[in-house]
Amino acid sequence: MSDKITIGLAGNANVGKSVIFNQLTGLHQHVGNWPGKTVERAEGTLVFEGKEIEILDLPGIYSLSTYSIEEIVSREYIAVEQPDVIINVLDAGALERNLAFTVQLMELEPRLVLAVNQIDLAENKGIIIDTDELSRQLGVPALPTVAIKGTGLTDLVATAVKITEETPNKPILYGSEIEESIESIKGRIEVQTPYPSRWVAIKLLERDSEIEEIIYDAHPELRETVEQERFKMESAHGHDFGSVIASERFALAHRIANNATSHIEPQKSTGEKIEDVASHPVLGYIMMIVSILVVFYSIFSLGDWMAGVMDAFFAVVNTAYINALGETWATTFFWDAVVDGFIGGMVVAIPYIAPFYLVLSLLEDSGYLARVAYLMDSAMHTIGLHGKAFIPVMLGFGCNVPAVLGARIMETERERLICAFVASLVPCAARSIVIMGLVATYVGFKWAVLLYVIDFFLIFILGRIAYKVAPDEPVGLIMEMPGFRLPSLSTTGTRTWFKLRMFIKEAMPIMVAGNFVVQLASILGLLDVIEGVMSPITVGWLGLPAAAGVVLIFGILRKELTLILLGSLAGTMDFSTFLTPAQMMVFAFVVMVYVPCVSTIAALVKEFGYTKAGIISAVEVIVAVVLGGVLLRVLPFIGLA
Amino acid sequence: MSSESVEEYLEAIYSINERGEKAKNQELAEKLRVSPPSVTQMVKRMADEGLVEYEPYKGAALTGKGNALAQKVVRKHRLLERFLYDYLKLPFEKVHDEACRMEHSLSDETTAALCKALDNPEVCPDNLPIPHCSLGVDDCDQCEEARSKIDVETPLTTQLSRLHPGEEGIVAYIHSGRHSGKRLQDMGLTPGTQIKMVNAAPFKGPIEIEVRGTSLALGRRLAAHVYINVEDEGKPWKRVHPHGPHHNTAKTN
Repeated sequence: MSDKITIGLAGNANVGKSVIFNQLTGLHQHVGNWPGKTVERAEGTLVFEGKEIEILDLPGIYSLSTYSIEEIVSREYIAVEQPDVIINVLDAGALERNLAFTVQLMELEPRLVLAVNQIDLAENKGIIIDTDELSRQLGVPALPTVAIKGTGLTDLVATAVKITEETPNKPILYGSEIEESIESIKGRIEVQTPYPSRWVAIKLLERDSEIEEIIYDAHPELRETVEQERFKMESAHGHDFGSVIASERFALAHRIANNATSHIEPQKSTGEKIEDVASHPVLGYIMMIVSILVVFYSIFSLGDWMAGVMDAFFAVVNTAYINALGETWATTFFWDAVVDGFIGGMVVAIPYIAPFYLVLSLLEDSGYLARVAYLMDSAMHTIGLHGKAFIPVMLGFGCNVPAVLGARIMETERERLICAFVASLVPCAARSIVIMGLVATYVGFKWAVLLYVIDFFLIFILGRIAYKVAPDEPVGLIMEMPGFRLPSLSTTGTRTWFKLRMFIKEAMPIMVAGNFVVQLASILGLLDVIEGVMSPITVGWLGLPAAAGVVLIFGILRKELTLILLGSLAGTMDFSTFLTPAQMMVFAFVVMVYVPCVSTIAALVKEFGYTKAGIISAVEVIVAVVLGGVLLRVLPFIGLA
Repeated sequence: MSSESVEEYLEAIYSINERGEKAKNQELAEKLRVSPPSVTQMVKRMADEGLVEYEPYKGAALTGKGNALAQKVVRKHRLLERFLYDYLKLPFEKVHDEACRMEHSLSDETTAALCKALDNPEVCPDNLPIPHCSLGVDDCDQCEEARSKIDVETPLTTQLSRLHPGEEGIVAYIHSGRHSGKRLQDMGLTPGTQIKMVNAAPFKGPIEIEVRGTSLALGRRLAAHVYINVEDEGKPWKRVHPHGPHHNTAKTN
């Protein structure tokens, strides 16, 4: 065989899989997306005893069905790309549930090695795992590891390399009646799929929509056989086949885990003590509010400071550039249309997105994110989401870009989309600048508050509508509550760096192009034309000065600039000389709601594709324009002319 | 304490809890037409039996076990009301008192038959929901089949969301969409699994449970679709209290 070995890391969430991946590959990794999916694909290389090993970190999942995109991606990878070995990482402290996944993995018949991880934490909980016994029970090698300290990883890789020479593992057999049904279906499958035929038979019995499509398209007559077999088992057990097989897998897992586990006296760990506080009905909320405030304050004050430094730096570069090449039409245009888009992207990406990735990953790895989701679940339900969405939505107040990217922590595509949509409506810092600088300063603070209230109301209504119209079945919160533990700083650090690199690579071109188009239109004099075309809306419906049209278009690039631009077009920064209070309210409202800025659109495109990003933007423009006009006509009745 | 009076108390507390409030002794005394001291005594006993959780001055809330028992009686009561009102055309004001008298002697088997005859109604004449039966079936055909397999009494189940922290039970069945049902099973909530309620978040937030050595958080609405068998040895009031013979119950089974 060739010298290059491929290994896939699979397992439940929160088992320390990424830590193992990071320990093995260090900086030799690449984070991207699975083709066409919003699922992270982390690959890396390792040289071990002269052999080059390619390692892929699969997403953390609990099953190989079609519940989430992660599950589909994982099973396709194992079957289609056929890595030489799968290392199944298990949490020693929750062996039974982890083994139920192992049993499913074995159905796919790969070469398998088990890494029983966090064996030290399990010991604190009073759980001792006998990996040799586990290995005997399952017929696959099993090794103890403590990934965060690097313990056992060399043995793990050596074992993985060794078994590449051996034949793949055989699946574990279920009860005889189930096996009979599987056998009779298996014998009739003639279509070639990348999957083992026993697995295909099980999935047909489980009504797996993807597999049904592949098989029944070629074999419509098989459906009846499957239905007969399924009916036979469902009437014998009194439950649907899905729970019959799930019970079977868990029964196996339970037996094996029991045989391989012994118990000693547990110790109450520091983590558990923090847990008691964190889920306390009063102290829990206090702890959450304090930690969220600290997190946000540090992200945004650090971000602000860094953005300021970067802006100052680029200003110096700009001066040097002008000095060197002279201030001509061409040099100015090049700077405004090309360089500025790049700077805009950098000033968002580095100061705000890097700390965000860092903090989100720390919150997730320490187990605290789950506690926050737990406490905020009922509040988030009022806007059609569940607890996990709280963090991305809160982040939206600083900047919508990380908020949209953070929607990834939701499990299903449906929830990611709703979460990103809601997050893009949250008034970010840039929009707050406009609201505060215009409305609070010239109209009055209570009117600025009114705008926020209207926005929250909009989020509430639109969130509920999105909940109704988004496809698929809504799923409530089902989440593992991991115990608290110290996150691995090196894993967090490298992950942040590789994610940031991916963001810059994917979103930057869109931001640069967006900036270029607007600047080009401006130089070609197209903006006056657009201003004319838009005036029935801006002047007629919204009652704003004609110049507002151009301002709103530039606002797509950076919303905080709309105010300055409006002032410079009017020739004065005293807005009360050319805008009535009602116009200020309407202008601020439209800026607050209409299309997210180009960076957010780029993030939406990156996560959901052009169509969905387009729909979200279009909905927001329509809502902003329609309600802006309504607001103008309502304001006189509530005391603002 | 007689089973009939326990059932009356369970029913009364259930209907008050249904409004999202705790049952205060004063209100129970009015509702059951008994003296406040005897309410206090009874509620205390029920708390000892693990049927209610009682907080002085705040009132009583049913535990999972209390809920399971209450739902069984309330189900009989509301089905009877439906029957008396729809079929026998009794006047609306009278059906409640009539049903109260009949419910205690109605067997589980007759209840199931009544449910089928009434075509599995959702609400009673007062528009209050009729608690789900404990067989875990989707329609009358499945009900008949399930009934042929069990003894005279149906199992004691209630929704997971109604358990109190510290209570344990066994997953009986899950009544939810295919997607979320699948997910719950993937996380280990298969029928027959032992679970323990650990914590419930305030503001109708999620609940935290322990299952197969792991901690899981479930949204409250989702947890209301998971039915838990809370039965231990027979009816609680027929057992000797584990903490000593401080009241005169005799072991009958």
